[in-house]
Amino acid sequence: MIRWSTGINLLNRQLRLDGWLLLGVLLLMGVGLVTIYSAGELSMDLVYRQAVRYALALVLMLVISQLPPSLYRLWTPWLYLGGVALLVMVLILGEGRGAKRWLDLGVIRFQPSEIAKLAIPMMLAWSLHGRRLPIKPGMLVILLVLMLVPVALIILQPDLGTAILVLASGVFVIFLSGLSWRVMSAAVIAAAASVPLVWHLLHEYQRNRIRTFLDPESDPLGNGWNVIQSMTAVGSGGFAGKGWLEGTQSHLEFLPEPHTDFVLAVFAEEFGWLGITALLALYAAIILRGLYIASQARDTYTRLLAGSLILTFFVYLVVNSSMVAGLLPVVGVPLPMISYGGTSAVTLAAGFGILLSIHGHRKVW
Amino acid sequence: MGNNGKTNPVTVNLAGLVPGRQSDDHGVLSNQVELRTLVNRRLLTAGVITVVILLGVLARYWYLQIPKHEDFAARSDNNRIKLRALPPTRGLIFDRNGIVVADNRPAYRLEIVRERLNSDLDSVLEKLADKIELSDSVMEGFNRRLQNEHRAFAPIVLRYNLTEQEVARIAVDRHVLPGVEVQPYLTRYYPFTSLLAHVVGYVGRIDDNDLAQLQPENYRATTHIGKSGLEQYYEAQLHGTSGYEKVETNVVGRLVEVLEREPPVAGENLYLTIDVQLQRHASLALGQAPGAVIALVPQTGEVLALVSNPSFDPNAFINGISQREYNVLLNSPHAPFINRVLQGEYVPGSTLKPFVALIALDNELVDAEKRYFSNGEYFLEGSTRSYRDYLRGGHGWVNLQQSLEQSVNTVFYQLALELGINRMHNGLSAFGFGQATGIDLAGERTGILPSREWKQARFGEPWYPGETVIAGIGQGFNVVTPLQLAVATARLATQGQSVSPHLWRDASAQPLADISFSEPHWDLVLQGMQDVIHGTRGTATAIASDQYLMAGKTGTAQVFSRKEGEEDIDPVELATELQNHALFIAFAPVEEPEIVVVSVVEHGGSGSRSAAPVAAAVVDDWLQRQ
Repeated sequence: MIRWSTGINLLNRQLRLDGWLLLGVLLLMGVGLVTIYSAGELSMDLVYRQAVRYALALVLMLVISQLPPSLYRLWTPWLYLGGVALLVMVLILGEGRGAKRWLDLGVIRFQPSEIAKLAIPMMLAWSLHGRRLPIKPGMLVILLVLMLVPVALIILQPDLGTAILVLASGVFVIFLSGLSWRVMSAAVIAAAASVPLVWHLLHEYQRNRIRTFLDPESDPLGNGWNVIQSMTAVGSGGFAGKGWLEGTQSHLEFLPEPHTDFVLAVFAEEFGWLGITALLALYAAIILRGLYIASQARDTYTRLLAGSLILTFFVYLVVNSSMVAGLLPVVGVPLPMISYGGTSAVTLAAGFGILLSIHGHRKVW
Repeated sequence: MGNNGKTNPVTVNLAGLVPGRQSDDHGVLSNQVELRTLVNRRLLTAGVITVVILLGVLARYWYLQIPKHEDFAARSDNNRIKLRALPPTRGLIFDRNGIVVADNRPAYRLEIVRERLNSDLDSVLEKLADKIELSDSVMEGFNRRLQNEHRAFAPIVLRYNLTEQEVARIAVDRHVLPGVEVQPYLTRYYPFTSLLAHVVGYVGRIDDNDLAQLQPENYRATTHIGKSGLEQYYEAQLHGTSGYEKVETNVVGRLVEVLEREPPVAGENLYLTIDVQLQRHASLALGQAPGAVIALVPQTGEVLALVSNPSFDPNAFINGISQREYNVLLNSPHAPFINRVLQGEYVPGSTLKPFVALIALDNELVDAEKRYFSNGEYFLEGSTRSYRDYLRGGHGWVNLQQSLEQSVNTVFYQLALELGINRMHNGLSAFGFGQATGIDLAGERTGILPSREWKQARFGEPWYPGETVIAGIGQGFNVVTPLQLAVATARLATQGQSVSPHLWRDASAQPLADISFSEPHWDLVLQGMQDVIHGTRGTATAIASDQYLMAGKTGTAQVFSRKEGEEDIDPVELATELQNHALFIAFAPVEEPEIVVVSVVEHGGSGSRSAAPVAAAVVDDWLQRQ
């Protein structure tokens, strides 16, 4: 333990890296590789590809961590405007089966909504930087517009999962800025009242997902299949799990997408409730460490941004783990840093890079 | 920082979030302190909510994994609700009288589920070897399936077609052999064994080649697929549609309850045009000789009998024939897998004469009165090469009808030369020579109907008049299948009607153009063919029946070519493999034809001696029973 701390302090001093956060992220990546090996039918190919993505994500994280937050604050409006422009472009030029989510710029092919995940909290924090808090109602309206325009563009793609994450990141900035509880309660009530309207605006496949969430047995071979098989995988894992590589639900191919959105079901089946407890504890430690970093940040911009980024990470976790356990309808939100796939891991790593940068450049009292 | 390096950062940091802690900091604007306090209070709130929600999620997992574990484990561990594909029952095949020629019989197979074995696989196999027969080819197949199946819970078939004694011996020891299961299934059975192998064909295990071509959904539970014959040709009709069963099973995989069932739709039964009795007669008439017999109803194209000798037992292929047995069949000199009726290509010989005669009449090169003198030899102008009659010294003065009756080669040499190869080619083409007949079996060959263009394309050589001469008696480049001969003969019998040969009663016809010749020309040629059997000097008078009138034509295809100086060798005295192939085409009764028969006896010597009696036996049987 002492040697660990020494190493971590060294990181802290030399590279301005928060060793605890870095350690947490590396542990998650380790869990990711181990679980994907099992979930992906023992394919080393998948593991190699994920490892390459992790390596890229780590490099990106380290690069971002070395630049000062003041620079990011300077870039924020441009990043935001660029992000919104790309979201508009994706609606016009986008690619993808069914939903238009991808933009192909010749050299690189990516989802502009991933930029929005960072740009929205940055923009809102930027807007509040140097202002008196808590904010006045007029400012709230501006913030809501800044937030809802990109969210609406993402819903139009449609990509409900990402829209929820982007919305959450903005809401967190507003929440952290000290908006009064009364206004927030009113907003929650208003949101609840607008449920019928939202239902009306949803796509049919999205409605079906909610219907099956409410009653999975109604369509056991179609939409309900994922939820039933996922809960079966989790439940059959029991206290200590079936053991690594021994999960029948995923290996018998009952579980859909076992290495992407439902990777936690594989983990729960193979490592049981003990494993889930350990994993959630690891996530909790990372989140609390992130909140601590936010509390130590030097100015409003970085404080709000750091808080929002780590809380969005938390939303990823809660939405995905609840979906796998049948607590929420199926939305395309991956298990952060563990699900197979590059896009979310890279964005999350960038977010951690910003957190590390904020921590590394904090004012030392 | 510095105050928390050695302790748990989380707890210390949370303490650090307590508002007001930094309120006594110096050199900071109080406004900024206020801001920090405000945001940090919210961060603390968020931290608490985060932890509470995560505990909630953890509680949900606890609920699923501890109190509900039994339920979900039951679902997951072999107990879960499954969709099981149900194979459709393959359609049966009947002959024209409703006699089953391809049947489904109940049988038992032995399956092994590795996951449930109580000792290692080898020792279980050793134990089983005392109870059931496990030949090398059985083990060969089992090991192949074993390698392709990585899932330990999936059953792997060890043996098909267990005998009743074997089933009983396994049943006795069932309790000490967990993971060894006897499963009932339906297996294909061909009651007539080799008699109909070339017609019905056989089914075999689905292999990788088949998998690449079929629809996987519909074949999920199917183990066999038509590999040859009608089984292959009508696979789509015979197979049917697979169903499924939603079942709940208990821990050892036994069925607890069928929740839902979509029954499979059995394949269509096929009713054939084949008459098994006639088929047997044809086969008996042909005996051991390699050869072919085909019988058709001339007006409809219904195939009554289709015999190709030698044949094989299709039952041997259903569960996989061993490589050794297969090689024996494959390398047999008489090629039992060749369906000689549609794949055997024979020189037609004199069986082509009636067709040449009709074409010559139509081209007004000859009429009923015109007479020719046959002195036994024919010479092309300016050539010393002689083209012979089979009768030494010739047939004397003959007209066209007589030259059909006696099969006078020299008359047809003359007619062929006058027609030229291309007129002959076009005329014969109208009868279907040189083309597939479109019968409902795979692998039909087209034979060769030569022309100038064909020879140029094939050999890059011009056509020579001598080749036209011998083409007139069906020698040279001409090659036909017995099926083509039968179709062409049917068109003679019906005076030009289109014929589409088929084995399935309900096959859709692919009509050809009708052929029209003038009435007297038909009459003349058919009369000549009747004289072959009923005339005074016919080549097949030995088979004449007093019950009905038959028309026919003998043919002899040279296998051995006589060289100069060997003219005196009687072909009958040659070794069997050098003897000529014997052909015969016939239809009866002449006035209202009911049956067309073509018979080919390989190395049978002459058409009249060996092929004609085979055809006559078939016609006799058919007409007697009508």
